[in-house]
Amino acid sequence: MKPIYLDNNATTCIDPQVLECMMPYLSNEYGNPSSMHFFGGKINRKLNEAREQIADIINARPDEIIFTSCGTESDNTALMSTLECYPQKPHIVTTRVEHSAIMNMCKYLSRKGISVTYLPVDRNGMIDLNQLEDSISESTAIVSIMFANNETGVVYPIDKIASITKAKGAVFHTDAVQAVGKIPIDLSKIPIDILSLSGHKLHAPKGIGVIYVRKGTRFKPYIIGGHQEHGRRGGTENVASIVGLGEACRIAKDCLEIENTQVKHLRNKLENTLLEIIPSSIRNGHKTSRLPNTTNISFEYVEGEGILLSLNEYGICASSGSACTSGAIEPSHVLRAMGVPFTAAHGSIRFSLSRYNTEDEIDKVIEVMPSIIERLRAISPFWKK
Amino acid sequence: MWDYSNKLYDHFRNPKNVGEIKNPDAFADVGNITCGDALYLTLKIDKKTNVITDAKFKTFGCASAIASSSVLTELIIGKTIEQARKITNKDIAETLGGLPREKMHCSVMGQEALEKAIAQYLGEDAPEEHMHEEGKIVCTCFGITDTQIGKVVRENNLKTVEDVTNFCKAGGGCGQCHADIEEIIRQTTGSQEPLPAPPKKKHLTNIRKIALIEETIDRDIRPLMEADGGGIELIDIIGNRVLVALRGNCAGCRTAQFTIHSGVEAKLREMVDDDIVVEEVK
Repeated sequence: MKPIYLDNNATTCIDPQVLECMMPYLSNEYGNPSSMHFFGGKINRKLNEAREQIADIINARPDEIIFTSCGTESDNTALMSTLECYPQKPHIVTTRVEHSAIMNMCKYLSRKGISVTYLPVDRNGMIDLNQLEDSISESTAIVSIMFANNETGVVYPIDKIASITKAKGAVFHTDAVQAVGKIPIDLSKIPIDILSLSGHKLHAPKGIGVIYVRKGTRFKPYIIGGHQEHGRRGGTENVASIVGLGEACRIAKDCLEIENTQVKHLRNKLENTLLEIIPSSIRNGHKTSRLPNTTNISFEYVEGEGILLSLNEYGICASSGSACTSGAIEPSHVLRAMGVPFTAAHGSIRFSLSRYNTEDEIDKVIEVMPSIIERLRAISPFWKK
Repeated sequence: MWDYSNKLYDHFRNPKNVGEIKNPDAFADVGNITCGDALYLTLKIDKKTNVITDAKFKTFGCASAIASSSVLTELIIGKTIEQARKITNKDIAETLGGLPREKMHCSVMGQEALEKAIAQYLGEDAPEEHMHEEGKIVCTCFGITDTQIGKVVRENNLKTVEDVTNFCKAGGGCGQCHADIEEIIRQTTGSQEPLPAPPKKKHLTNIRKIALIEETIDRDIRPLMEADGGGIELIDIIGNRVLVALRGNCAGCRTAQFTIHSGVEAKLREMVDDDIVVEEVK
């Protein structure tokens, strides 16, 4: 069965063109880019080409791009590096809705004596900028706030957040893993110091990430080893994946318009129709300040796992903020931080689209969803017609 | 994705006996929406023979919660209440062809509902409330008592806190009750003596002494300090001098010196060597 894949915030398919670009580096072109011979040297030139393509999509300089193994490593590096550069500033400001790569690292650091401020969010998932400003002090080393939320797609006013942070004298990091390739990001206009991105969210393979570090930002490596990446990240480069990510960024830049027209149209159709035809369904997250591909809908009084397994029977792939799908006991920390009631948080479903989705696929979801919810509600003791 | 059996899938897709019996002879509701699963069970019981002639359920929860409720009704219809009372959560799980360990609490919920309904029919105290009265709440996040935890530990031969969380959710929230749960496991499984202490040796080699100091700090000292929002880090060991740094709330705490001498030093002297001196490094 060909899947109807609506879980692109979890991971994406590799673009066929990306795969094609990678293949030589998985076979004949196996040289080490650090080697002092022609066979390695040409690989190094290819890496730098990819570096330029990646820098281009966020309007950065190629020498500000450092390759890592994943978004999580980039996020971890941003925090650890900055704290180490500013030992006299043992304070982090972040939000209650960050990805676990930031959140759990902050929890770990607070056990090590670092103090962490977790900014709350409102019902739409938004933070209060005044509260942000008040929470940054002279002892704040770094403010880390995501560009866009993975569960709800809410996009934060990063330009304002970055300006506030810089005015207060702290380093600003943003986890842009969900944003790059979906919305335009121009680092020549926004004073972001450090940014994380990940390959597999934009049709490159898994296992490749990037940490952008603005020229002039203090930095210390987190993975310590050889002189790769100018001594900023040890470990032999994942050449094939880097080449793939370069190509994926080139394509993504061309496709930004499709993401914000065609994909957005399909997302809106899916969201508006489901909210209309299924009673007691609620959109989670800000309506307009949002990624064009993501919708998060709560179907009250039913539990997410049952919905996912039922969708699965039609080959429809989505995800849920319910605890029971993840082995956790509490439902999504993001929805709980937003004050989504338990009746709705347990039954939340995230659909995240890509440019590969078709209108037929969306129509299929719209067709099967009402009966799935109806069936599960008939079993639920909380559902009263 | 969970590794569910075909039988479980079958009961999720086509659950048996969904609904509510009007004017039931017995009913029970257990769980709640906050915890992510809830079950409302209604029974029809023949008053002369005490045979359960019909059972219906409504369940809010994941696929395994729905399937557990469905097989529960199948297991009890046609049985006398005495027979039904012998059904355990293990029977429910086994009938489903097994449950992932993290989902065992779904089968426990089924058993709880059954016990509660039968107790209600017989005019006994509801077992759950009974337990609340008898026991004290250990897990405040999910409101679970020591009596309830003791019961799942005993009936399922559980060994770890993680198991207890999987079976009845206790300990799955803030985690502050983990030490209490460990204590209940220890008492329930019969081993009354405390955890074996690391052997205290008089003539330790340096390497062994360092290992023992680290072990003692990790096992006996740090958890206590972390419970108060603090922490401790071992900086260096020079002969019998142990240099430590206090972290979090403990750092800069006015009673830091007290913590160092009466807490850390006393414990290390007890466990490792009487001549140990602990010093704080800022």
